[in-house]
Amino acid sequence: MTVIEERPAPSAAPPPRRTNGLWALLRNSWRQLTSMRTALVLLFLLAIAAIPGSVFPQRGVNAERVTQYYQQHPDLAPVLERLGGFEVYASPWFASIYLLLFTSLIGCVVPRLIDHVRALRMAPPDAPKRLERLPQHAADLTRADAPAEVARSLAAGLRRRRFRTKVREHEDGVWTVSAEKGFLKETGNLLFHFSLLAVLIGVGFGHWYGWHANRLLVGGPDQGFCNTLTQYDDSTLGPRVHPADLPNFCLRLTDFDATFQSTGQPKTFLATVQLTQDNGPAETRRFTVNDPLRLGDANVYLLGHGYAPVLKFTDRYGVAQTKVVPFLPIDGMQTSEGVAQFPDVNIDPKTDKRDPTLQMGFEGRYLPTSPTDGSATSAFPAENNPMLYLTAYRGDLGLDVGTPGSVYSLDQGQLATGELKNVSGTRPHALKLGDTWTLDDGTKLEFVGTREFATLSIRHDPAQGLLLVGAVVGLLGLMLSLAGHRRRVWFRVRPDADLPGPAAAGGGSVVTAGGLPRTDYPGFPEEFKALVKAAEEGTP
Amino acid sequence: MAELSNQLMAAAVLAYLFAMVCYAGEYAFGKRSRVGRAAVRPVEAKQLVGAGGPVAADPPAVADDNPVQPARRDRGELIGRIAVGINVVAVLLHLGGLVTRGVAADRMPWGNMYEYILSTTFIASAVWIGVVLARPAVRHLGLFASLALVVMLGAATMIAYTPVGPLVPALNSYWFIIHVSTIIIGSGIFLIGAVPAVMYLIRNGYEEGRRTFPYTLGKHVPAAVTLERLTFRLHAFAFPLFTFGALIAGPIWAEASWGRYWGWDPKEVWAFISWVVYAGYLHARATPSVKRTVATWIALLGFVTMLMNLFGVNLFFEGLHSYANAG
Repeated sequence: MTVIEERPAPSAAPPPRRTNGLWALLRNSWRQLTSMRTALVLLFLLAIAAIPGSVFPQRGVNAERVTQYYQQHPDLAPVLERLGGFEVYASPWFASIYLLLFTSLIGCVVPRLIDHVRALRMAPPDAPKRLERLPQHAADLTRADAPAEVARSLAAGLRRRRFRTKVREHEDGVWTVSAEKGFLKETGNLLFHFSLLAVLIGVGFGHWYGWHANRLLVGGPDQGFCNTLTQYDDSTLGPRVHPADLPNFCLRLTDFDATFQSTGQPKTFLATVQLTQDNGPAETRRFTVNDPLRLGDANVYLLGHGYAPVLKFTDRYGVAQTKVVPFLPIDGMQTSEGVAQFPDVNIDPKTDKRDPTLQMGFEGRYLPTSPTDGSATSAFPAENNPMLYLTAYRGDLGLDVGTPGSVYSLDQGQLATGELKNVSGTRPHALKLGDTWTLDDGTKLEFVGTREFATLSIRHDPAQGLLLVGAVVGLLGLMLSLAGHRRRVWFRVRPDADLPGPAAAGGGSVVTAGGLPRTDYPGFPEEFKALVKAAEEGTP
Repeated sequence: MAELSNQLMAAAVLAYLFAMVCYAGEYAFGKRSRVGRAAVRPVEAKQLVGAGGPVAADPPAVADDNPVQPARRDRGELIGRIAVGINVVAVLLHLGGLVTRGVAADRMPWGNMYEYILSTTFIASAVWIGVVLARPAVRHLGLFASLALVVMLGAATMIAYTPVGPLVPALNSYWFIIHVSTIIIGSGIFLIGAVPAVMYLIRNGYEEGRRTFPYTLGKHVPAAVTLERLTFRLHAFAFPLFTFGALIAGPIWAEASWGRYWGWDPKEVWAFISWVVYAGYLHARATPSVKRTVATWIALLGFVTMLMNLFGVNLFFEGLHSYANAG
């Protein structure tokens, strides 16, 4: 019989495997991606990629400026459009940078988390052989007690200073005390990076399940709106939001109060609304800039305000129509521009047919405070001397074609083809409050008054709470990681050399100490000195 | 009160200038003895090496220097102390200008670009004085720190001066205090952190033996290691403050005011860029394979993005943060 040794073979070296080329490439790319250098490069790319978004107008920030840019740079704009220059933060190249960065982040922090958890559960490692080679060291501290006693008291002292400690006894009668501190640094660091991930997820979640819409709301009982898409001027739903999911509420603007300084700078805005939720009773609510109307599943923000002239048009047959038309402010003094369109006028009562050549349009400016010098811009944003400058147009307004046009300007195509003609001369006609203007065909336009309007943004983002928590936790983690210092300290306690062997029990001990800051920590030498002093004197 | 504020600010700028002159004086006179020694010693050593040996060379050199050295050092020391004193006066005047401005407007003095720069530079200056008082060794950076302050304040007065006025409704919120003050403190420290960063790069080059123009400035400043550590500590302190101000308080206020927490407004874009660059600095510094000089260059890049956000965004771009009233 042959003797077979049943000792397990050392598992140190695995049999050399033929490395698959593709696998090696993948593994190396992953290592490359998760390296700190790559992360740094990606951080810089992210910073650089964000710059164009501040240089070129962004559709998500201000779509009108993009249109302006198209007019000013007709050659450059389409090129920029193809490169994503008007939607930088939604462009594939911007997304690819931050997705790579976050992949790199995951590849970096997940193994670190595993290591950290392992380190937290492990006892501090035993003292290295030569403590004098460490950045901090001290030798030949003598204590009267036996090594075991000394080691125990040292460990107790270190524990009191919130070190994690481990006492080990060695065969030659030598005791070692290992201590480690500063795990909060890595904990904070990991917390910070994981909360960055949480924030990214929160942003994505909010984008998917959130929605927002804008509405210009004119004051008065006849001008309310309800929270359905058709009643908004524009709206954006997240990919996972169905129009039927929108919460049920209706708003009417009952009062708008604006105050201004003498310079014309606005001081306060206050909107008062009648709110009806889920067909319940109407309630009065007020909100202002910085203090939105919060409705659980939606928030209503006050963004701006303006004036809507009330115009009464009396046609050839004596039929009167009144319209409230919001004029959009073009400067800080509320000089506003807009149009009033009357397509259903001059209908012959005999035939009851609409004559498309007799539709009426008025285009012009509203000045809440007309300056004394008669210039065409308002002198103050409040209505101290209201004046309306209008030009009248008659003809086909072009509203029947079906193509959506702006409600704040006349159809330029109709003006160009002459289907819509100026009938009041080149100089706009000035109307004071209450004035009536009789046109060339005997029809009349009366400037009845004005109402105020508020521009509202209605939004819902279900992830905001998560984002806030993520950001605050991240900040806490960041502070921990910047403030903490990881360091290790070792003490080796030998029996006093004068009494060799186990006979030393009861005799004195000689202690050597070493310290290793594991991060840049300028205060470590002082801390180490204090520890050594305490060890020497036997005080905790 | 507004007039008083302007006068105090003018006095503060003058005091900074005066402090700068004194720092320069210390720079020029105070260390001449050391400069002299640096220039003389190698020559003596060479002669003596020729004559006998280095062992004999040192004692006479030291003996030669000793009687002269204390007097000269004292003069430099004195000028340096005067400089710090004037600097403290300048900071107090600066504070006075800021407070009277706030009293005149009946609100916190950071409602427009002019006041913002005044506040930021005040923080930078106060932190600087704090550092100097805690560690007199870095006093020799005072020349460069006060130079930076005078330039910033001059720029504020020339291109951004705005008469006192109340706030627009959008700014009328307690977040105005929280958001803007934390950003002011964070930016102020970042701005002053750029001074040791620059000096570190210069000093480091000097220590590596370079003697061409910018590196010669590094002759009298503290050791490169000290400067580098100071740079890091200032940045590591400012970074969480800036994070809170720009990326937490800012979005909370933006949500209440504009309906969205983040909208890529030009100011937000550049705050994001600065944050990413400073995050890059902290990472680079924590990575052993990245040289400290490279990391410090990144911090200076962050400084440039802060300047871009302060001046460039207010003056060139139009956005929701347009309260600058400049230009």
